[in-house]
Amino acid sequence: MRHGVGRFVTGFLVLPVGLYLFYVVWPFLQAAGYSLTDWGGYSDRQQFVGLENYLRLFTDELIRKAFWHNVFFLVTVPLCTIALALFLAFLLNVGGREDKAGIRGVFGSGLYKVIFFFPQVLSLVVIAVMWQQIYRADGQGLVNGVLMKIGLVAEDDPITFMYDPEPFLGVPAVLWWLLLIAVWSGAGFYMVLFSAAMQSIPKDIYEAAILDGAGRFHTFFRITLPLLRDTVSVAWVYLGFIALDMFALVFIMTPSQGGPNHASEIFASVIHFNAFQKGQFGYACAIAVALAIFTILLAAFQLRITRRERIEF
Amino acid sequence: MSLTPELDRRTLLRRAAAAGLLVTPAAGLLSACAGSTPSQNNDSTGQKSSDNPFGVQENSAVKVVIFNGGLGDAWAKEDQAIFNAKHPSVTINMSSTQKIKTEEQPKMATTPSDVVMNSGADMMDISTLVNEGAIEPLDDLLAAPAWDSEGTAADSLLPGTVVDGTFQGKFYVVNIAYTVWGNWYNSALFSKQGWEPPKTFDEFFALAPKIKATGMAPYVYDAVHGYYPRWALMATIWKSAGKQAVIDIDNLKENAWRAEGVLPALEVWEKLVKDKLVLPGRLDHTQSQQAWLDGKAAFIQVGTWLKNEMAETIPPGFEMKLSDYWGLGATDKAPNDVYAGAGEGIVVPSKAPNKAAAKEFLRAVLSKAGAAKFAELTKSLASTTGSGDNVQDSALASANELMKNAPKDLVKVKFWDFYADLDKESQNLSQELMAGRITAAQFVDKMQAAADKVAKDSSITKQPRDA
Repeated sequence: MRHGVGRFVTGFLVLPVGLYLFYVVWPFLQAAGYSLTDWGGYSDRQQFVGLENYLRLFTDELIRKAFWHNVFFLVTVPLCTIALALFLAFLLNVGGREDKAGIRGVFGSGLYKVIFFFPQVLSLVVIAVMWQQIYRADGQGLVNGVLMKIGLVAEDDPITFMYDPEPFLGVPAVLWWLLLIAVWSGAGFYMVLFSAAMQSIPKDIYEAAILDGAGRFHTFFRITLPLLRDTVSVAWVYLGFIALDMFALVFIMTPSQGGPNHASEIFASVIHFNAFQKGQFGYACAIAVALAIFTILLAAFQLRITRRERIEF
Repeated sequence: MSLTPELDRRTLLRRAAAAGLLVTPAAGLLSACAGSTPSQNNDSTGQKSSDNPFGVQENSAVKVVIFNGGLGDAWAKEDQAIFNAKHPSVTINMSSTQKIKTEEQPKMATTPSDVVMNSGADMMDISTLVNEGAIEPLDDLLAAPAWDSEGTAADSLLPGTVVDGTFQGKFYVVNIAYTVWGNWYNSALFSKQGWEPPKTFDEFFALAPKIKATGMAPYVYDAVHGYYPRWALMATIWKSAGKQAVIDIDNLKENAWRAEGVLPALEVWEKLVKDKLVLPGRLDHTQSQQAWLDGKAAFIQVGTWLKNEMAETIPPGFEMKLSDYWGLGATDKAPNDVYAGAGEGIVVPSKAPNKAAAKEFLRAVLSKAGAAKFAELTKSLASTTGSGDNVQDSALASANELMKNAPKDLVKVKFWDFYADLDKESQNLSQELMAGRITAAQFVDKMQAAADKVAKDSSITKQPRDA
């Protein structure tokens, strides 16, 4: 019987694993191969150049700029998204009044859940195009239009959003505006994720805490957050990936795809410029491979430091 | 030269897959990279004759990809009819798209289309195509007899067309649309107000307060795509500093950006911004053009595709006319040179399976009959002579007028086609200058630094410009 099971499982696995190897793993390896050449992307001429592309990475100013912008997102996107998602999830699940039926969320939480989750059903491109209208830098933009009507913004000096490289707290304004979109579009999903995790926490723990006189603040920080540790750490890793990407928003929304004047340049936009505009596929592949290694290390590191004894309930 | 840099959702998704995903682990590039096995080149040809100079094979098929931007694609169907009238047995498989690079680049190394119109925001970098040997030199097309006129195909072209398509001494790109750039204004409004379109910046600065007094902004430009304001900046530099100065800039000569006349040409733009003569806000090409049509600004600078691009929203009574870019006045070295040239390039990939038919199709595109249809349908001039002779249109007529009085030298800048790094830097700096964040002097310093860096970089193939 054991034999039969083995063959049965193998039979199911052959096709998907084969497809995965061919369409995912093999191209990965190919990219790593191309990263050692000077391939331009339009011909079948390529020369082996060894690690030259990788050495070039360290002297490339644009990469350095992109790196710090990605680090900015790497810190802020998970932090803001998780904080907001946790806050919303807490209010929707256990933040309301307690009564005979026990602990519950704030009034109308079902409706709020749908509203907050809504951005998640939109494709990132739709979100970007929508926010282009919100951020439009003249009186016809949603934000500018409203602020001009109530007199907070002068007609001849609209907020320029995506065209504003002036630093705020040392980071170009355009990055903060992009961060707002990323958090807005991501928080809903993680709110649902955390809600699900919160619902699996037994209500009696809360009730016991409340009987002991714990307020909302203490129930959140002493009970909810520690019990959500696993979920939060997974969310952190996912959001780290998103923060290292950010390509669609930058590509659609910023002037010159990474502008103004490189103020929103990120790894992906530098790869795109080198591969598709400059015709240096080899170098672009080297950046991509370096980024992939960085991402994997980061994920391993994050999972490592957040690992802890699991609590069963 | 791009007509409509627009994004549609599906391509963006595909692009996001191609470059975005890859960032997480390195997936997407690879799907774009994969498959560089050399393909078989079965380019057999039929009998050559003066009527069939490339030896097009009967019953063969040719795949044509048209950029469907500001000029549309209706004109290409007319060329298809002209071609098929001579070669009824050859099948033309024509498709049109806005995403040339996204769709054609992955095929270039294996089995590309036979004819690719390489244009728009998503075009393949022309220098890379040439350096990689990915496209076919078309000098034999120039030497071939013209489709429906005396002499060779080259003889039937407007000045500048051959130069514009020549890279490293060979003719690679057939630019089919003849574009004239300049400052557009509403001549109905101007004659009502008694305003005279200025010829120099001084005249413009004198007129500007009068325009402002009517509640209108004197000037508007596309603040999203850096290459829009760059045309205007470079035209001013050419007029002020002369042709040789721009050739030196294109050739990465030492201190070329510091030549006499370059800085003053940028300083007038700095003044234009500082005096707040630009419509507030940051608009893209169609938004700024619409603002101009809506009477929010008096002048907009752009090429002759404008009328076709905005055809649907031109208000009644609006009479768009083109005037030349402004110069600085008495000190100008080339005050009357017009910014014009052939754009919207068509290329034939080296690995195209049916190159003979591809060249024959291009010969049909350059025919008198095809060019006349092109001008009629797009309200833009074709690069074949005489295309606009029978078209009744005020915008086209004003462009024709401008060309008639223009000296033989045309304003022509090549460095952004030669070097992707300088292309990006000059676009960024043009935006910064127009946003008032850098001065003219800083613009010069930064461009000079970028040019020096490219000049020193041995991994970049240098492209000399002589004329």
